Amino acid sequence: MSTYIIHRLLYGAFVVFCVITVVFFALHLAPGDPIDMLLPPDASGAAGRELADQLRRRYGLDQPIHVQYVQYLRRLASLDMGESIRSGRPVAGELLRLYPATIELTLVSLLIAGVIGISAGVLSAVFKRRAIDSLSMTAALVGVSIPNFVLGLLLMLLFALHLGWLPPSGRDGPIWSGGSIRYIILPAITLGTSAAAILARLSRSAMLDVLGEDYIRTARAKGLRARAVIARHAFRNAMIPIITVVGLQFGGLLAGAVIAETIFAWPGVGRFLIISITGNDFPAVQGAVLCIAVLFVLVNLLVDLTYAVIDPRIRY
Amino acid sequence: MSKLRNQARGNSLSVLAGFFVVLLFSTAAFAPVIATHAPTRQNFGAVLQPPSAEHRLGTDELGRDVFSRIVHGARISVMIGIMAVGLGALIGISLGLLAGFYGGAVDNVIMRFIDVLLAFPGILLAILIAAVLGAGLVPVILAVAIFSVPTFARLMRGSVLSVKQRDYVEAARAAGASDGRILGSHILVNCFGPVLVYATLLMGDAILTAAALSFLGVGVAPPTPEWGAMISTARSYMRSAPHVVLVPGVAIFLTVLAFNILGDSLRDVFDPKG
Repeated sequence: MSTYIIHRLLYGAFVVFCVITVVFFALHLAPGDPIDMLLPPDASGAAGRELADQLRRRYGLDQPIHVQYVQYLRRLASLDMGESIRSGRPVAGELLRLYPATIELTLVSLLIAGVIGISAGVLSAVFKRRAIDSLSMTAALVGVSIPNFVLGLLLMLLFALHLGWLPPSGRDGPIWSGGSIRYIILPAITLGTSAAAILARLSRSAMLDVLGEDYIRTARAKGLRARAVIARHAFRNAMIPIITVVGLQFGGLLAGAVIAETIFAWPGVGRFLIISITGNDFPAVQGAVLCIAVLFVLVNLLVDLTYAVIDPRIRY
Repeated sequence: MSKLRNQARGNSLSVLAGFFVVLLFSTAAFAPVIATHAPTRQNFGAVLQPPSAEHRLGTDELGRDVFSRIVHGARISVMIGIMAVGLGALIGISLGLLAGFYGGAVDNVIMRFIDVLLAFPGILLAILIAAVLGAGLVPVILAVAIFSVPTFARLMRGSVLSVKQRDYVEAARAAGASDGRILGSHILVNCFGPVLVYATLLMGDAILTAAALSFLGVGVAPPTPEWGAMISTARSYMRSAPHVVLVPGVAIFLTVLAFNILGDSLRDVFDPKG
């Protein structure tokens, strides 16, 4: 087990390193000069060139690219991600301030998706081909097909702008320290709907597979009540594929948070990324992508390790 | 009997979805004929108007005809879908073919590369590529293509691994055929079916991703009538004129829904167990 964990950690570190490298070179070889964004519009001629050179030196952009890369890695090792060109503040500090909001949004979405998706799927399997099955599977089909940015705007239009029940944007503060949960409801539903739909379909088929097994017939034959058969025998065995997909969904939600955060002005890493991209803020883009990728790798690692805990048959 | 009824219902839904996809492609092909107005012609005398006889789906914030923009948008979405999936399939299939056929070190290098691509959450990868290459149609196509490479590569590799064990491949080799000939005329043709099916399914995903990129402001830029970009610019007006967001929203939703329904029924055909 411990060799497996070490192996997975090393592999995760390798992936993160690849991500850093790819992002660095992609952004530096891209057309467009970040210095242009910083120059005042009236800077031209000799004075303008002088200023541009100064700025280039300040951000180390006058060095050859491989030197910049080594410097970048060295600074990254001490968690220095450089300064945001737009705000002038350290990127690492900004990300540290923003990432709890993204985690909070992702976790709440996953919770909503898990509870609604798994119960809808299990009910569908138990009442196969009855009204509740058709209803929840139709809802699931709509759920996987509706683009989250369309859903988000529809929710905002209905519940915030027309009915006025919930705030249309922003965040009150961390919900674990007393921030209002009213702000997170719409972004979390927006983000969690497709995951809920995927989980519903998967839970249904996982439950149907298990319900056809011999030990279910045995449990029924020995006179166990239907509820006990479903909860204790069927559901527990259907959990493995469900947990796998819950884990995979968590990663997907982290990425989807970019859209939900942008729509609802949720102050997280995803919104920061989009603002930084549109502002050509290279250090900030680099930092934000790195932050999301590292979270993604860590989550996937955690999911893999969770299997071992849930299913004693899995030994690494 | 109820099973039969379910199957019939499933089939009629697939037929409907297929019909929609045909409609989408024809709209894309004949956009200039179907559109009632020029998609970028502004008319400040008639902004944010609700649907009427003159403007079937109303007008947007610059007085442009929403119906005509949706029709031309179909052309852009279909084009992005076909080109992105085509390019992604070309790269992915080649990589999968090489990895599966040669195995060993080649397989290792290619599949580790694919793993790294997969380690990036999909939409994030697309956002990054679009950000690096700047806004526009070509970057979006490239971004969505690269986003679809890993799945094609894995699928192809899997098929190649099973096909290359077949007797006819062995026979071709014994008859002295070169690697290129075996790959081209024996393995590729026999692996193509599932990959082709998958490519059609990915169209919905590709169109959705492209719309999401444009919505985020890193894809196709206004005034091009791209559905995601239309929603993005119209959001500020959605309170007073909800149709400017609803119409392109419904267009994207129906497109993705149709491809998903087709995908489900194709999966049922190929994997009847489910």
